[in-house]
Amino acid sequence: MASKKIREYDAKRLILARLPKGIAAAYRGVLVGPTTKLDALPKQFPWLVKEKLAVKPDQLFGKRKQYNLVLLHSDFAGVKKFILAHRNKKVTIGKATDALTHFLIEPMIAHQQEYYISITSQRTCDVIYFSAEGGFNIEERWDRVKKIAIPVGGTLSTTQLKSAGIPEKLHHFMVELYRLYVTLDFTYLEINPFCIDVKGTVHLLDMVAQLDGCAHFLHPQDWKNVEFPRSFGNKSYPEEEFISKLDEESGASLKLTILNPQGRIWNILSGGGASIIYLDTIVDAGLGKELANYGEYSGNPTREESYQYAKTVLDLMTRKAHPKGKLLFIAGAIANFTDVKETFMGIVRALKEYQEKLRTQKIRIIVRRGGPNYEQGLKLIHDTGREMKVPIEVHGPETPMVSIVAPALEKL
Amino acid sequence: MKPYQLFDQDTQALFYNLKATPIQRMLDFDYVCRRKKPSIVGVIHPGRSGFHKAFFGAVEIVIPVYDRVGEAVRHHPQASVLINFASFRSSFLPSKEALLAPSIKVVAIVAEDIPQRQTRELIALAQQQKKTIIGPATVGGIVAGKFRIGYAGGMMENIIKAKLYRPGSVGLVSKSGGMMNELFNIIARTTDGISEGIAIGGDTFPGSTLLDHLLRYEANPNIHLMIALSELGGRDEYDIIKARKEKKLTKPLIMWVVGTSAKIFPWEVQFGHAGAKAGKEEEGAEAKNKALRAAGIIVPSSFAELESTIQEQFQKLIREGKMKPKQDTQPAALPLDYKDAVKKGLVRQATSFTTTISSDVGEEATYGTMPISDVVAKGYGIGEVIGLLWFKRKLPSNFSKFLEMCIVITADHGPAVSGAHNAIVAARAGKDVVSSLCSGLLTIGPRFGGAIDDACRYFKQACDAHVPPVQFVEDMKKKGILIPGIGHRVKSKRNPDKRVELLKKYGLKHFAKTPYLHYALEVEKATLQKAENLILNVDGCIAVLLLDALMSSGAFSIKEIDEIVQIGYGNALFALARSIGLIGHILDQKRLKSELYRHPTEDILYLLGEGN
Repeated sequence: MASKKIREYDAKRLILARLPKGIAAAYRGVLVGPTTKLDALPKQFPWLVKEKLAVKPDQLFGKRKQYNLVLLHSDFAGVKKFILAHRNKKVTIGKATDALTHFLIEPMIAHQQEYYISITSQRTCDVIYFSAEGGFNIEERWDRVKKIAIPVGGTLSTTQLKSAGIPEKLHHFMVELYRLYVTLDFTYLEINPFCIDVKGTVHLLDMVAQLDGCAHFLHPQDWKNVEFPRSFGNKSYPEEEFISKLDEESGASLKLTILNPQGRIWNILSGGGASIIYLDTIVDAGLGKELANYGEYSGNPTREESYQYAKTVLDLMTRKAHPKGKLLFIAGAIANFTDVKETFMGIVRALKEYQEKLRTQKIRIIVRRGGPNYEQGLKLIHDTGREMKVPIEVHGPETPMVSIVAPALEKL
Repeated sequence: MKPYQLFDQDTQALFYNLKATPIQRMLDFDYVCRRKKPSIVGVIHPGRSGFHKAFFGAVEIVIPVYDRVGEAVRHHPQASVLINFASFRSSFLPSKEALLAPSIKVVAIVAEDIPQRQTRELIALAQQQKKTIIGPATVGGIVAGKFRIGYAGGMMENIIKAKLYRPGSVGLVSKSGGMMNELFNIIARTTDGISEGIAIGGDTFPGSTLLDHLLRYEANPNIHLMIALSELGGRDEYDIIKARKEKKLTKPLIMWVVGTSAKIFPWEVQFGHAGAKAGKEEEGAEAKNKALRAAGIIVPSSFAELESTIQEQFQKLIREGKMKPKQDTQPAALPLDYKDAVKKGLVRQATSFTTTISSDVGEEATYGTMPISDVVAKGYGIGEVIGLLWFKRKLPSNFSKFLEMCIVITADHGPAVSGAHNAIVAARAGKDVVSSLCSGLLTIGPRFGGAIDDACRYFKQACDAHVPPVQFVEDMKKKGILIPGIGHRVKSKRNPDKRVELLKKYGLKHFAKTPYLHYALEVEKATLQKAENLILNVDGCIAVLLLDALMSSGAFSIKEIDEIVQIGYGNALFALARSIGLIGHILDQKRLKSELYRHPTEDILYLLGEGN
């Protein structure tokens, strides 16, 4: 698990609930989901029908204004109309096409000046970028953005802010924001813009943030209600969630991403590095379009985990036959400590369960693996192929890793 | 050691988290390299102390185990390396403690999924202390012929095949640990082998970077060719390009950045490694390969071309007279581990134990061949479980119900019987539950509760031989043997034992045939002629009904029934049932906080001879 994007709604809640009193107003925002009943909302949030509102999608993509997906200065009726017009409709943002499902409604904050702040994590320091000219197209004014680097383990001081020329009325907010960035294990944060009203209260208008997925165990309380949505355009499959759960519960690593369920090239790959190399080789051969999945298992998963993993891939692969058949790579490098025999015993169990479909759907299997007990593992899978009458081609560590790919693809 | 070296043939290491396999793998490597001394001098495992046993060649050695890093460091001031095998949850503190210890120079962190901020804090600390971190999320690394971290280099066959037991001329650094063996093999096929190979791990912020190690290789006169395998994500390659331009890296350097396929996906794919995600175009594999190539670094056209590129470059170095390939040496022969030899089918040994009733070697423990979860799912009761574990089969339900009835009926018989009495006395002497239970169970024998087996034997023998019941009674009398299963202290023909009535009723109703019960009742008729209380008692009734159950179930051969009777399943059934009551009495005494029991002296006849 690496950095994970979170919703604007969650990012603002995380920050605003923890800023010391007097810096910013308590958060008022309503997250509307794909089935939220809009008419019921004013009862719970009376301000919705008393104030001017802003509404926008909250699905981890930016540049919403450019895509005409922001409505400002509206009343609740207008917001309703906007949401109903867009909800569950597909839009294309960059290369990704997906349905709009989540919207964020907030009170409209009247303001003059727009500030920009972002915090990023680098190897030895965190870097704060600040601009008093925030808002749309900040990139064009990047030469006037102020940069403050804070070494890892350090704190942000008002002296630093003063010497960077940051307006004094923002000091307290920025010191506390940085403190929360560190203690809540953010890995990225951008508020563009935020503003400060005449009473000196800070309002966060647009916000993007990422948390460190690996720090989950440090924040059982703080992160309790934080959602980690899939990225926009990435169709999520229950099978991916199943493997992700298996991964969380296991000491080993189990990853699965479905790229194209209609693809004819399926993979049960091992190793974070080797798995990408196999993908690269298939794409280099011009068959990227046929790639059905990415994934890898490593760190010596148990027989049962290997079985569950292989079964999940085989199940997806055999849902619909293709007249020309399909190809399955069960491949990896020479393992350091993953027991090839144990993991293959799990994979073989799954193969046997699906043997009927493997035969009728003309599926060819190419195996390449080395590592602890690989001789027995390879023999097992070889014999299983014979027994099931499924073509399984088996290679050991003496065959160069990616040399199995080209000949296999030729026959596809 | 030179500044460009992290490890040599005398490096001593501390190992965090007592994991026998990687520890042994390290010592095995030491041995085949002909190191004089094992590389691991101490193991740290919270809450443990004493020693860990391991092999150095064929000889068993002990490695001291410490509770804390600080303690281990104090005892081993020569140890310069901590190999941290802690899980991601607990990896941070030992790493930090080691970086703060003056004698530790290198910390290798194996765990994957360590929070970024923790890693970055360690990086800052390492920089301040001028120390090196390898990892996190890595298999570690290897200095050929000198030192190995954990599992790096894989199995011994691979170490030998890739010639890792003696130094070659190639310096390798890779983000991926899983690709290390593949690369070691490629390098062994095409060159004189590696001098050093480090996997920095796939995290966004590795403790040491590709460049850190390349700079060491540049300074190492034994390394003539450098190879780096990188991945999409991050900008380390641009630092390498900068170092190349500044002439800080002058030796031939072959690099490949994996992840060229990422471009075809319509959304950002998070690959297996946390750092393997290209946020911006210049962090993509294609852009980085292109930039490296432009900077004069040797970049093959694909990973598949890597092997031939390495061969070409190595041959070129020799052709140009820039180096001489290192000579091969003979690794020390490592004795095969017994377990591995068994796995490979090279040795065999007779087992000392045999079992036929249950197993704990599979995914789930079984009774017979049935997983315990199935036993529960099928709603099996104690009777069925006894069937599986004692009789090794699924008993007909009338049989298993009968067993359960026997258990219910004989579970307890008050505190005064000898078993309960003994258990109570032991409990009151302050003995624990299990000891007190044993004390009670030990009274079960020929005079207490142990009549079932003998009753089975006598009744079966007589009935099978068609001895007329009256004659059986007379024969026993002649032999001076009381018939087991006949007679009660208080119950009589007119005051029958209700338990016996229940058992009889059950047997007559549920068993297909009850020849032994009928025989026993005929015997009872004869004995009642002699005395009112010579009735068929509970033990006797259980005995004959057990015989009837075995016979009428059709599930047992004659031979099997003989064996059951001969071994003595009946008393076993009583011991099992009565344990329930005995435990009840023991718990009762404990609750009552009863004091030590001392028998009153006036209740004892002191019959001693007269003393002088």
